[in-house]
Amino acid sequence: MKIALFVPCYVDQFYPGVAKASLAILENLGYEVDFPLNQTCCGQPMVNSGFVKEGEKVTDHFRSVFQDYDVVVGPSGSCVHHLIHHAGIGKTENDPKVYELFSFLSEQDVMPTMTKPFPHKVGFHFSCHALRGLRLGKSSELVGEGFSVIQPFIDAIPQAEWVPLDQVDECCGFGGTFSVFEDAVSVNMGQRRLADHQSHGAEYLVSIDSSCLMHLEGVSRKQKDGLKFLHLAELIAMVI
Amino acid sequence: MKRIKHAKAADQYIHKSAHPKAQHVAAIHLRNKRDRAVTVIDEWEELRETASKIKLHTLSNLHGYLEEFEANAKANGVIIHWAQTGDDLNKIVYELLDERNVPYLVKSKSMLTEECHMNQYLEERGIDVYDTDLGERIVQLAKEPPSHIVVPAMHKTKEEISDLFHKTMNTEKDNVDAKYLTLAARKDLRTKFMNAEAALTGVNFGVAETGTVTIVTNEGNADLGVNKAKLQIHCMGIEKLIPKLNDLSVFLRLLGRSATGQPITTYSSHYHKPKPEGEMHIVIVDNGRSDHLGMEDFWTALKCIRCGACMNTCPVYRSGGGHSYGYTVPGPIGSIITPARDITQYDDLPFASSLCGSCSDVCPVKIDIHGQLLKWREVIVESGQVAKSKSLPMKIGSTVLSKGQWYRLSGWGARKFLNYFPKLANAMVPKWTKGRELPNPPKESFREWYIKNKKNG
Repeated sequence: MKIALFVPCYVDQFYPGVAKASLAILENLGYEVDFPLNQTCCGQPMVNSGFVKEGEKVTDHFRSVFQDYDVVVGPSGSCVHHLIHHAGIGKTENDPKVYELFSFLSEQDVMPTMTKPFPHKVGFHFSCHALRGLRLGKSSELVGEGFSVIQPFIDAIPQAEWVPLDQVDECCGFGGTFSVFEDAVSVNMGQRRLADHQSHGAEYLVSIDSSCLMHLEGVSRKQKDGLKFLHLAELIAMVI
Repeated sequence: MKRIKHAKAADQYIHKSAHPKAQHVAAIHLRNKRDRAVTVIDEWEELRETASKIKLHTLSNLHGYLEEFEANAKANGVIIHWAQTGDDLNKIVYELLDERNVPYLVKSKSMLTEECHMNQYLEERGIDVYDTDLGERIVQLAKEPPSHIVVPAMHKTKEEISDLFHKTMNTEKDNVDAKYLTLAARKDLRTKFMNAEAALTGVNFGVAETGTVTIVTNEGNADLGVNKAKLQIHCMGIEKLIPKLNDLSVFLRLLGRSATGQPITTYSSHYHKPKPEGEMHIVIVDNGRSDHLGMEDFWTALKCIRCGACMNTCPVYRSGGGHSYGYTVPGPIGSIITPARDITQYDDLPFASSLCGSCSDVCPVKIDIHGQLLKWREVIVESGQVAKSKSLPMKIGSTVLSKGQWYRLSGWGARKFLNYFPKLANAMVPKWTKGRELPNPPKESFREWYIKNKKNG
């Protein structure tokens, strides 16, 4: 199995720690992982704004960079959802199979050994594209047996106390270019998510999507509420 | 018609209105009530699937069901009218009232007449209209459009309603007791009901096999109006049809729970035929629906049973308020219906979504609402209506992001710029920085780190 690490463009530029942590987790579990140096973006920003042709150009580049791999793993539910469900990568046999990091580990049935304690109150933000797009968990709207691909990883972090939320899976308000075109609504939604986490005593807010975190941390720092933000990969890399 | 600018209207609601949290507080309450009401139904997902299939089947065979409905209703003694447009509907209703010298109309549960601006049409021609449901009555007295299809006055606080009733019905000043205010409105409307010569309602379901219409309410005003007035008129969009009476057993279970978290509404009224000495008319209205039905990517939006659950769950709706959509049906469903009616006037609405997908999961008839929102964006971009300020960054981004070197150079530049000129960088993206900070730029990208530390061992 030839595995490539896909690092979303804004993670590469602004959150390299998330990519390092993802690589560390995969290597810790014994996987040999390549990072193809010519990779850029998945094309989602354009397609979600209605610019499908422009997005396809970017996805074509993605395809050419990753075509020789069996598996592509990326620490983002949102980008991976776009690649699978909108760009259709994985539809033909020649395509690599694209995974969000934790869904890959889950499918492989592996769990990093976590030994160091993280004695903090943590709120988990289940990003919409991971939840309702990739279906990595049961959304609160649907009726049926609950499940979450992410939960076992969260549960394995020693001494972390996960706080309950009033709205367990409400959108943070990022939404790509929505965050700029609809800035008032976007910020208002972010403030509401932060208030939910903070009212339950969260010190840290953790997600599997850095885009939600970029937005939420931006709102949090602006209102100086002292909340701290981590990608789940960063948190796990800290405790292994 | 005025082009709707959602972001601007929502910004106004959030920053300038007196009670910017009212819509959220009321809507999230309904969403949570809905959750409690549906989780006890083990077969909920099966019900949704069944309802979806019934609606898809009906819409795919609508011509036949419309004719069946008409024939059966006529056999019951009902007079059927067909209205191609909203104006046709208004004209038909006006003529019915005018020919009988009816001085005023009592109305209940009709968003369709709101869509067609019937009140204004009739009032301009000297016929008063009384919206008899409390929420509708409040927005009518306030001379405002509804902000929600099930709870039209959702955006209003008790204090505002108290003030409004004091001014319009001379209730006690500053009495905010909900019961007191409700009874005041009720008393005011009772005389209207008792003397009404004509009553009009909307329709939740038209049953083809029986030619009957079903209306669900909590206040019972549809019954009060229809049973007292000699002339009863029901206005129904063509998409309201279902084939069989049995199908109601699926839809009534879904509708009350999705709308307000009630197992069933207080009243489910089935109108079959005219009263002795009475007249029963049904106006079947198109007003853009058959064009919508012909749109390959969007016709399934007509499955909608107008429960409002997608509004209650939508964080954009709750933040920006119902009025920010500028249409009778706001929220996610409004944002996929409106461009089918007028793509120029409503081209902004499909962009008023973070595409979180909650609307599609909550929808009792499984409309892929967020999928259609995304598809509408594509159609709107293709039509060339998007401003340069939005399209240019996308075109540049596409070129830069499809070339590794260009991407790296731009990323490096952005980080360095943000590092050395943070204030200027912040000022250059005001839409981001008005309510948020930019991320702190790291010294090196992951790729730069990887080449140094990993590439050769």
